[in-house]
Amino acid sequence: MKLARRSKEELARLVAADIPDGAYVNLGIGQPTTVANHIVSGREVILHSENGILGMGPSPQPGEEDYDLINAGKQAVTLLPGGAYFHHADSFAMMRGGHLDICVLGAFQVSECGDLANWSTGQPDAVPAVGGAMDLAIGAKQTWVMMDLLSRDGHSKLVRTCTYPLTGLRCVKRVYTDLATFDCTSQGLRLVDAAAGLTAADLSNLIGFAIR
Amino acid sequence: MINKIAASVADALGDVSDGATVLIGGFGTAGIPNELIDALIAQGARDLTVVNNNAGNGEQGLAALLKSGQVRKMICSFPRSADSWVFDELYRRGAVELELVPQGNLAERLRAAGAGIGAFFSPTGYGTELAQGKETREIGGRHYVLEHPIRGDVALIRAEGGDRWGNLTYRKAARNFGPVMAMAAARTVAVVHRLADLGSLDPECIVTPGIFVDRIALVEHVATRAGGVRQDAKGRAA
Repeated sequence: MKLARRSKEELARLVAADIPDGAYVNLGIGQPTTVANHIVSGREVILHSENGILGMGPSPQPGEEDYDLINAGKQAVTLLPGGAYFHHADSFAMMRGGHLDICVLGAFQVSECGDLANWSTGQPDAVPAVGGAMDLAIGAKQTWVMMDLLSRDGHSKLVRTCTYPLTGLRCVKRVYTDLATFDCTSQGLRLVDAAAGLTAADLSNLIGFAIR
Repeated sequence: MINKIAASVADALGDVSDGATVLIGGFGTAGIPNELIDALIAQGARDLTVVNNNAGNGEQGLAALLKSGQVRKMICSFPRSADSWVFDELYRRGAVELELVPQGNLAERLRAAGAGIGAFFSPTGYGTELAQGKETREIGGRHYVLEHPIRGDVALIRAEGGDRWGNLTYRKAARNFGPVMAMAAARTVAVVHRLADLGSLDPECIVTPGIFVDRIALVEHVATRAGGVRQDAKGRAA
């Protein structure tokens, strides 16, 4: 079956459109970072960076980089008018204390009830690194995931139970994928919308278990 | 008269014992007190436990300290990056121990040490392998993990402005771990880019009051370089 995938750009646009005006948002490293490019002008969404920035702006012009002003991925960024700097304990209080409205993260696996695995593939030879993933996953009021539905070898990354090491338990509310968007609920996955031509039955076949 | 301003970076650092726990500020390369790390390499204390968010970039600063063989153990949240080859190599051959701590727990364990908190319950990491073996408790229907403070024998941080009482201001996101590490160590040493006359730092803008700071040293302001990302031959982020 030829699948009509949503491009990474379309997906970023979908996520951006679902972020309400005035929200405080943390965008994770990788694909989630691109959501910032699709927040349409005229809307105010305040981006948080774990290293002590609220009101983070886009990349500077080439030659204007200031590496005392970087994002979580260590790339040079800018500060919007109204932005603020603060220390690390305050930055993570914003997450853990439930002040951030939304965080958008990448994932290796998400379970139907919202368990998240996104920090380690458990390979014994890899240098482990967790950063702020565990704090973000359980801290923000809503945790959203952006990922491809299927891994490179064709396995569903939405699973009954995660097999990779967990980042947080029952913390993911919504999963945006190239093929469909789902909500994770205590009763399992609920289909929100699907890419053109895909039915719930098609998706259930790809995932390997029933969805609502 | 109180005067915390040292004549040199080496004087400011003073004596660091073998086996000491050294808190080093910075996130990536922003806020890393490279001059103090170089002084620590020259001073030669060994068997150190080093706390930093990362585990060194390129060959400078913390990476150079790791390469010198003075570090027994790293406590950090994110040791892996595009240019962390020094730590990677040591870790893979078992030459350095690693305690991996979620970044918010790392910050709060430092803050707790500075604030005199015995231990605290954090929701971060509950049910994950990083909480294995730790005490847990359900409070108000939510699950928490007991986390203990991280106290330093010495903290090495970079700030922007400082005065002879040790009051500090910071620059942009180079602030990061500086304020919590300054609180968490028995002795805190800061490098600054500007020495201010007492009373000339705006009291509303002092982030770390001098009570948390023991020594400061003036160093030249050199723009922070890219770190933690892939770089081209000129050292610019690619």
